[in-house]
Amino acid sequence: MTGFARTVWVITRKDLLVEARTREVLFTTLFFAISCVLVFAFGFVREGRPVSDAAAGILWIAIAFSGTLALGRVFERERHGETLRALLIAPIDRPALYVGKLVGILILLAAVEVVVVPLVALMFQAALFDHALLMVGLLAAGTVGFAAVGTLFAAMLVRARSRDVMLPILLYPITVPVIIAGVRGTAALLQPEGGLPMARAWLAMLVFFDVVFITLALWTFEPVMTE
Amino acid sequence: MKQTLFVPLTLVAAAMFAYAPFMILAAPYESTMGLVQKIFYFHAACGMALFLAAAVSGVGSAVFLFTKKPAADRLAVAGAELSVVIGLLVLVTGPLWAHKAWGVWWTWDVRITSTLVMWLIFNAYLLLRRYGGPGSERLAAAVSLFGLANVPFVYWSVNVWRTLHPKTSVIPTLQPGMRGTFWFCVGAFMLLSVVILMLRTELEKRRQELDALYLAAED
Amino acid sequence: MDFTNLQFIDVTRTFGRRRALNRVSLAVEAGTITALLGPNGAGKSTLLSIAATLLQPTSGEVRYGDHAASNGGAALRARIGMLGHDLYLYPELSAAENLRFFARVYALPDVEQRVARGLELAGLTDRADDVVAGYSRGMRQRLALERALLHDPRLLLLDEPFTGLDEAARGALRERLRMARAAGTIVVLTTHDIAAIADLSDRSLTLVEGRLAA
Repeated sequence: MTGFARTVWVITRKDLLVEARTREVLFTTLFFAISCVLVFAFGFVREGRPVSDAAAGILWIAIAFSGTLALGRVFERERHGETLRALLIAPIDRPALYVGKLVGILILLAAVEVVVVPLVALMFQAALFDHALLMVGLLAAGTVGFAAVGTLFAAMLVRARSRDVMLPILLYPITVPVIIAGVRGTAALLQPEGGLPMARAWLAMLVFFDVVFITLALWTFEPVMTE
Repeated sequence: MKQTLFVPLTLVAAAMFAYAPFMILAAPYESTMGLVQKIFYFHAACGMALFLAAAVSGVGSAVFLFTKKPAADRLAVAGAELSVVIGLLVLVTGPLWAHKAWGVWWTWDVRITSTLVMWLIFNAYLLLRRYGGPGSERLAAAVSLFGLANVPFVYWSVNVWRTLHPKTSVIPTLQPGMRGTFWFCVGAFMLLSVVILMLRTELEKRRQELDALYLAAED
Repeated sequence: MDFTNLQFIDVTRTFGRRRALNRVSLAVEAGTITALLGPNGAGKSTLLSIAATLLQPTSGEVRYGDHAASNGGAALRARIGMLGHDLYLYPELSAAENLRFFARVYALPDVEQRVARGLELAGLTDRADDVVAGYSRGMRQRLALERALLHDPRLLLLDEPFTGLDEAARGALRERLRMARAAGTIVVLTTHDIAAIADLSDRSLTLVEGRLAA
């Protein structure tokens, strides 16, 4: 394993170990996501039937809101003992630190989505799994895009004031394309006929977004985290 | 930014703005919308000036992040503030036009929706600089850079998204008689933007000099 | 990469209108313990952060032996150990797991031996598998110190290490620092408690409002 990959693995493994001990962020994020789905459902279900396209929108809003929460909590942990500082003093590649945290967050969000996506499918009678591979692709590419920007922003806000409200203020406008692509791609998937090419187009945009923004994050992580 | 150019440029910009209403009055009426369409000259010109301001901020931020030059940061914050102000002009003139022309205030048109997203990003930049505590200049620079990189994605995704909505507006193509006026207004706003950027970067430079003077006075 | 002294040459650090360090010059040799005294807000933590390469000076230069700070990079950071005021430990993990994680982060070749040695020196071998959240302040301090020394750094920086320790714990800390000094480490610690460093430091410097008092 190269030094970079090894460092990423060490950091991700530590994050998973810490999370496995308490499962605090996992459970709280999961229940927050479920609450989100419920609250939005009350807004968008009329006479016992969901408004069309509600499922897609509610799913991605729940992912965005709970993702923001999870990011804040994970980095709050690193702020607590100032362990992020200890990692910045260590002789590691700073971008490897970014990737290590990103992978940990992705695994956490994947665990949340494993529960929330079937839940949304159930509650809104949305056939999200008819085209399972494409659905998983959209979820993966969208979550990666959201988390890639979110990990950088959450890390850089660790020592800033007002960090709790700053994260959503910064994150949501920048991830607008991800939300649009996720919602419209999922909605295209749910169309009874002919939505697949559109869904694939949205997936392609998401992958492109991921590549561009992960690259930008890798470039800017070190200048932003050091003075 | 050569400060000696500031006064001449301001005078030229002022002259252009003084003359612009006459040009706009003389321009031909657009076939379907009549008088209302004439707000377009300022609205679209502001849109282009917004793009300039955002680019200045994004590029200045990138340079600042990687070279730490204070001049780059001054450009970044000046560009961001200008983006917010000009963006507000776009976001106000757009609905005014839309309401008179098509009866709806907000049309979800791709350009104005993208403008709204960019406007939010630069507002976030300013909020971070103001409330983020010490050292937030670097963090805000990352936001500005990400914002600039986001422009094509925002435009594309909003554009594809809105084709699913009924079209309520059609931006007219420029008739020959309108082009002269249009580019004149664009020129006026670009010049105004340059003048404001010069003024704002100079203000920021004075602020930094003031900090240095405070420090020197302590000795 | 190694070095036998740390030098600050005319280092100034400003934050906007606040000058945290004002033309500080000092030189510290290997195998010595230097205490940095001064009231709160004097700039001691800023000085340590600069020595740890976490902050750049606004002007002036920091040298590690023949190497300038700017050329250091990861190789330089591998020779520096720091114990911050917040201890840099994960409370959800056990002592052994904390040490093991940092040993791996520092890519040390003999992880298990170092972990075992660190636990022994901290006197925590029987409590090695208990999570750190359940430790007393003194135990956490000892563990945090061993974590900072895990990779045998040439430069050890400690920010207010005596805070919140009882007399026995202070004695143990002093003993451990003497061991580090004997091994040739450059030890720099900050404190605002003069009594704590009596009979320990070879030299003390006082910072007042960012300036070294003569």
